[in-house]
Formats: sequence, C-alpha cells, structure tokens
Amino acid sequence: MPEPAIQTSGLVKVFGDTRAVDGLDLSVPAGAVYGVLGPNGAGKTTAVRMLATLLRPDGGEATVFGHDVVREADAVRSRVSLTGQYASVDEEMTGSENLILLARLLGHRKPAARERAAELLEAFGLTEAAGRQVKTYSGGMRRRIDIAASILNTPDLLFLDEPTTGLDPRSRNQVWDIVRIVVAHGTTVLLTTQYLEEADRLAQRIAVIDHGRVIAEGTPGELKSSVGSGSIHVRLRDAAERPEAERLLTEALDTPVYLEADPVALTARINGPGDEAAQAARALGRLASAGIVVDDFSLGQPSLDEVFLALTDHPATTAADEAAA
Amino acid sequence: MSTTTTETATPYAPAAETLASVLAPTARPPRPSAWSASMTFGWRSMLKIKHVPEQLFDVTAFPIMMTLMFTYLFGGALAGSPTEYLQFLLPGIMVTSVVMITMYTGVEVNKDIEKGVFDRFRTLPIWRPSTMVGYLLGDVLRYFMASTVILLIGLLLGFRPSGGITGVLGGIALLLVFSFAFSWLWTMFGLLMRNEKSVMGVSMLVMMPLTFLSNVYVDPATMPGWLQVFVNASPISHLVTSVRSLMGGTPDMGEITWVLVSSAVLVVVFGTLTMRLYNRK
Repeated sequence: MPEPAIQTSGLVKVFGDTRAVDGLDLSVPAGAVYGVLGPNGAGKTTAVRMLATLLRPDGGEATVFGHDVVREADAVRSRVSLTGQYASVDEEMTGSENLILLARLLGHRKPAARERAAELLEAFGLTEAAGRQVKTYSGGMRRRIDIAASILNTPDLLFLDEPTTGLDPRSRNQVWDIVRIVVAHGTTVLLTTQYLEEADRLAQRIAVIDHGRVIAEGTPGELKSSVGSGSIHVRLRDAAERPEAERLLTEALDTPVYLEADPVALTARINGPGDEAAQAARALGRLASAGIVVDDFSLGQPSLDEVFLALTDHPATTAADEAAA
Repeated sequence: MSTTTTETATPYAPAAETLASVLAPTARPPRPSAWSASMTFGWRSMLKIKHVPEQLFDVTAFPIMMTLMFTYLFGGALAGSPTEYLQFLLPGIMVTSVVMITMYTGVEVNKDIEKGVFDRFRTLPIWRPSTMVGYLLGDVLRYFMASTVILLIGLLLGFRPSGGITGVLGGIALLLVFSFAFSWLWTMFGLLMRNEKSVMGVSMLVMMPLTFLSNVYVDPATMPGWLQVFVNASPISHLVTSVRSLMGGTPDMGEITWVLVSSAVLVVVFGTLTMRLYNRK
C-alpha cells in the first residue's frame, strides 16, 4: 500500500475547556482530494492548523508523508501549502508583490521570482490586477491569488480550508475547476467544507467530523447511501396542514421527515439511488390528493443538516463556537 | 482606495492547459539562507512604508515636536540659552525619540500576527526568526529617518557637534544598534498581548520612566541621591552618555562597550522569548 499523505491517530487540541479536536483519526491517501465535512466549530480548522504545523497538538500523533508534524515540522513545511479560511496574502501589498515576496522566500532568485509571479498571475487571470493592492480585489480574485500563492512551488499536499465559503456561484465554480486541475497534476488536496455538495463534487473520500472526531468516513457514494441519496423539500401554503403533510410524506417515502424552522417547510429523505424523481412525484401526488396546497418544492442532495441528523440524530450545531480556533 | 473591484469585461475561466503549464514541476530551488530570507522580509517592510506612508508620521513629526519643545521650554532656565542647552540636549533627545518609536514595533507585530498572511509565513520552510528580523530591519530604517530628522533640525537650531561627521554618524550607528536590540522587547510584547491597546499600554508604562528618569534633560548630579542611583543605572543614561561622547568627539569606550554588551544581551534574551512565542502562537 502506498504511503498515505496524512495519517493521524488520536489527535487532540484543547482550548481552555473546549476540546476542539478530540481524538481525530484520519488516513488520507495520496494523489486525490480528501474532503473533511463538518459544521462550524467541528474542529476542521484546528485540525488543519495542526497538520500544517501552525498549532502544536496536545495529544496524539500526526504525520504528513511520514514526517511527524512536531518533530519534523521543517520537512512537513517543505512539502505542504496552506490556503486558509481568510486570505493568506498581504492585503496592503499588490498581487504581484505578494507572489514575488513568497517566491523569494521559497528560494527563487529575483529574476526567477518575477518570472514565476507573472506566469501565475497570467494563469489565474490576474495580470490586469497585478499592480493593485489585494484589498481592492473581489472575493473570487482574492481566492485565486491565494491559491496561486499556494502553488508557487507545486506542493505535494495542499490544504484548502473552506475555499468557497462566502463566494458567489461563479467564483465557486472557478475554484472547483482549479482544484480539479491541481489534483490531476498529482498534488494531494485536503479540503474542508461545510457543504456536502462541494465534498461530493470534488472529493474521492470524505470524513464527516463533529465535536473534533470522525463520525463517518467513506466515499461520497457510501456516505450518501447511509444518509439517503437525496431529499425533497416542500413548502406548504398553510402551516396548519403540516402535521398531516408530515404523516403523508412519511408514509409515501418510508423515511423520517424533518420539520424545518420555517413553519411551512418540511424536508424528507428519499431512499435511492435510482428513482428519486418518481418517488418524489408519488409523494407530491399524495399531498395533492389530500388537498394540501404546495407552494414550492425542490429535489436536492441532502444538506449538511440532514447528513448530521442521519449520522448523529442531532442537527449540525451552527453556533459560532469556532471562535476559539 | 476602499472600492472593491468586480471583474468586468471577460470573466476568468481557468484553462486546464495554462494552469497545467504553471504547475509543471520546475526543479524546486534550494531554501533561502537566513540572511536572504531576512532581507526579503526587510523588503516587505519597505513595501509597507511605500503603500502606507502615513506610518512615517511618528518618525518625523514626533521627533521635531520633542526637539523644539524641550529646547525652548527648558533651554533658558537650564543652560542660560536654548542654543547652549541644545549642545547638551540634542544627543539625548535623539536617543529618547528613537527609543520611544521602537514601541510601534510591538503594535505593528500585534496587528500583523492576526492576519492570514502570517499563517503562510509560518508554514514556509525558512529560518524561523527571519520574519521578525525583517520587521526590525524595516524599523531600523525608520529609526535612521527619525535620527536624521532630529539631526537636521538640531543643526538648523544651532547644534554644533565637536565630534564632526564621524562622531555624529558613530553616535547614530550606536543608537541604531541599541534600538534594534531593544525592539526585541516589543516584538515579545506584540506576540504576548491580546490586542494593540494593551501593547501600547505596557509600552508607555516602560518608556515613560525609562526615558524621563535619565540624564537626557538634566545632569543627574542635581538630583537626590536615591534618584541618582536609579538614573545612573538606566540603560538610557548609558546610551545617552555614549552618544554624547561620540558626538562630542571624546568617545567614552567604557560606556560604549556597556551599550554594545547590553544590546547583545537584549537580543539573546528577548529574541529567544520572541521566537518561543512565535512558534507557539
């Protein structure tokens, strides 16, 4: 078996009373995208920071390409790059200055650094913005300069910490395309995300984490079949009809129905794969024949909330408790 | 300045071939030397000055204010005339102003460390202290600018150092060496404190007594005995005596050695503490 890119066992990080990472066991194979899926405060960022040698673990072990992240931090640093949740470039400097600075720090001589910076700016569509301070960049441009900075020396392992949080759909698609190209080139990518859809589209394997621990691990297919392959989301006209709608949907789909915070909305999992649309149509038909008016419905992948509901029987904690990380 | 640009004209679409070509594994260059990494971070400090020139305000306006204020406030009373007092005061006020502005180092480090770019620096395989050394190299340039401003204003007001150009440059050089070493105290506080306000608070608490309870403004012989003990032990007094002696053309080797040795001690002690905090942050 080839050497894994990342191997952790019982990794722990404690902030005060909070066990941000609490016995994390991961084995990330080299050469693919590995998704780490979890809500805010699950410990994703803290785990990435330990693996990238930014934080010292309080317990357990972690190796990156066989190098211990504490004892052989320098060897780890020479093989990884990090694109953090917040722009990991200097906002007061121009795009071009940022890349030249980092290229110099990676050992390129001045002319080579300049050449490399120009080349990357061109490839990432930032040539026109090269001379402007990064703080004037749009969200999508910032992400791109950030990723460009991470591949100045093509790393063996790239950490992308929630790379698309806060991006518009077009910029998000650009980031996805870039990630696919980088991986096709042989770089291993560890991607953290709050979106199942993102992990599903990009990752070959996914670990779902909650309270600093892995609660499920597998391919996106395995994960979804344990959760239900999709779901139907229904909005009723009259909130009073929701209990009846809940009963009918449970009966028609034979799965749990989730009552949302919105008093007229329900979400139900659909067992698949294969005939999700037919099942959804049948369920909607039952509502219609019972005289329940449906204002809006959609068929989609399970949300993170539903994944969590299925795996833990509690919805994803969305409290802003990742502040400590 | 604060406008965010949206992409107009042609939206960017990542092209597989272009991206693949920049990903092609060119041989990785060897890691930069400690010196080269530090100088690169020094270059970053220069760029910061270029982009945010307002930060030079404290190295120009503050020293000018200090020099004018003390020359004319105390000159007549303490030495008969402002011009005569200036011969005594100028080396001291230069030391005070420059040592005072070293505390902005801590504030800057504290502001910067919270930014994402520091995460990137800390994941680079480079000599660890180079980030901080680079900071201080930029700061030494600011200290040099402040010294020059004070010297020029002093010359304008009638400061006539008998040590000549060599003596004056020697004095400034010694001041820069000490300030560089002393700044490590602030990098430590910059990493230690929670926010820039507390860094500023601690800095003032250290700087006010250190600079005023010294031989900058008056001869310690006029002070009560217990105060003399404190004043004569102050590193600022040693530094001021050394700089005065150099600018006056009669270098006091004993005092100069004291300053150089204490600079080395400051770097070793606070440099080590700074790096320990930097690695743990």
